[in-house]
Amino acid sequence: MPKRLTIISHIERVAGEQKKSLKPLSDDLPLLESGLDSLCFAILVARLEDEFGFDPFSVSDTVEFPVTLGEFLRCYESNENVAA
Amino acid sequence: MSRPDSRSLRQALADAGSLEGRFLLGGDRPIPLAAMLAGSATDGRHSDLTGRSVLLATSDQLTAALALVEFDGLARRIVICPPDLKSENLASIIRDAGVEAIVCSVAEIYRSLGIATIVEVTVPPRSAPPPVAPQFETEWLMLTSGTTGDPKIAVHTLGALTGAIKPTPAGAEPPVWATFYDIRRYGGLQIYLRAMLGTGSLVLSRPDEPVADHLRRLAACGVTHLTGTPTHWRRALLNSAATEIKPRYIRLSGEIADQAVLDALKAAYPGTPIGHAYASTEAGVGFEVTDGLEGFPASFLDGGLAEVEMKIVDGSLRLRSARMATGYAGRPDLALIGPGGFIDSGDMVERRGERCYFAGRRDGVINVGGLKVHPEEIEALINRHGEVRMSRVKSRKSPIIGAVVVADVVLADGLTPADKERIRAELLELCQRQLAAHKIPAVFTFKPGIEATPGGKLSRHNA
Repeated sequence: MPKRLTIISHIERVAGEQKKSLKPLSDDLPLLESGLDSLCFAILVARLEDEFGFDPFSVSDTVEFPVTLGEFLRCYESNENVAA
Repeated sequence: MSRPDSRSLRQALADAGSLEGRFLLGGDRPIPLAAMLAGSATDGRHSDLTGRSVLLATSDQLTAALALVEFDGLARRIVICPPDLKSENLASIIRDAGVEAIVCSVAEIYRSLGIATIVEVTVPPRSAPPPVAPQFETEWLMLTSGTTGDPKIAVHTLGALTGAIKPTPAGAEPPVWATFYDIRRYGGLQIYLRAMLGTGSLVLSRPDEPVADHLRRLAACGVTHLTGTPTHWRRALLNSAATEIKPRYIRLSGEIADQAVLDALKAAYPGTPIGHAYASTEAGVGFEVTDGLEGFPASFLDGGLAEVEMKIVDGSLRLRSARMATGYAGRPDLALIGPGGFIDSGDMVERRGERCYFAGRRDGVINVGGLKVHPEEIEALINRHGEVRMSRVKSRKSPIIGAVVVADVVLADGLTPADKERIRAELLELCQRQLAAHKIPAVFTFKPGIEATPGGKLSRHNA
């Protein structure tokens, strides 16, 4: 499965577990308006770390947490080579 | 009742009447208790140690057991070194306990420490003139299980250590005790003293012995009374050899005994009395619960225990009794005993109606986005799942909220990948039903096993 789809399916699962209603997911959706709270993102990042073997936000202290969903997805996609 | 007098361990054994059939088993051959009394494991070097502060640093439990009988009542104090003591900690222990002599297995190892008197212990005991009559109420010093800084050394007397030991009922079949603990830790020492001061025998554990071999050895020795931490017991129950032992009494201590482990033991050993005890190196034995339920009756807090006073202050259990340590050796700057003569155990307790439940250690709390989580509460819930054998909840660093909780889970044998996915969903659902959102593990990881500390407790170094 493409990485993007894997991440989206994790997002939907976390939202379901935490009983959050998700906005329609698009690349320009601001994360703050996605319907997920910070605990949801913390769970999501932990699961994606187990899925892909890395956490793009912990590689250095200077990494800014993304603003939109598209930026969030690119953090994982652009680390493709690191993970491999 | 405490022991009615301040006899030494050796005197108590000598007064016990016939020692026939009673033994201590460490190596391959049992040592009859009668031979312990008649001989010496140190070639009779009693005068070298009389009135002195002695570091007991033998390499194994059997020699430590022999030395305790030999020198209680002669030495002024005995510092009992646990098996995993690090050599870099020796200097501070020698300083804080005022050590003047060392009792060990190989003298050469300790020559560089600047202590002139070093006595070797050898087995079996050889015939030697009996020691002179006891001259001291020897202090028994035990290291506490803190992990950072210089070890703290709790000061006890034999009277305090044996305060919770009841006499064996007349006519009862002599017990054969065993413990998964090492007897040089508080939980194990309690069992050593029960065996020595009662009518029984004792089978010692061996370092690095596989669980199956240990259980088979206990079965072969006819062990009747077996004790350990809940982690020790969970690991034992994972093993098919657990069906070979036939205990008449089971005891748990050292960690929270949750309902799952109590129920699992009840199912594995139907009809066997099961007690879970609360004790710590500093506060001594608090109480034992024998009703098969986790937690303890709230009446224990309201003067329901004859010999131990307990109360909850700021959420943690405080105890006061004659079984407590009197202080930390050589560290007047550290207050062991707090206001009103109570020791703060650091164990967090919640009262719900007529029952009190242990929530976890105060210093083990995980902070999830500013909210507190006791990993033990979540483990107890996960352990209730019928196909879970043990679990460990720990924190994982989170770039977003500081930390999340994650769970390592050991499942029963023979499950398919599909079973595991079903169980993962069931565990998540169980947690969602019972726990606040921040306490639900973000990730459940299935593991073949979970490591324990040398003391038999769940290893929480990642927490």
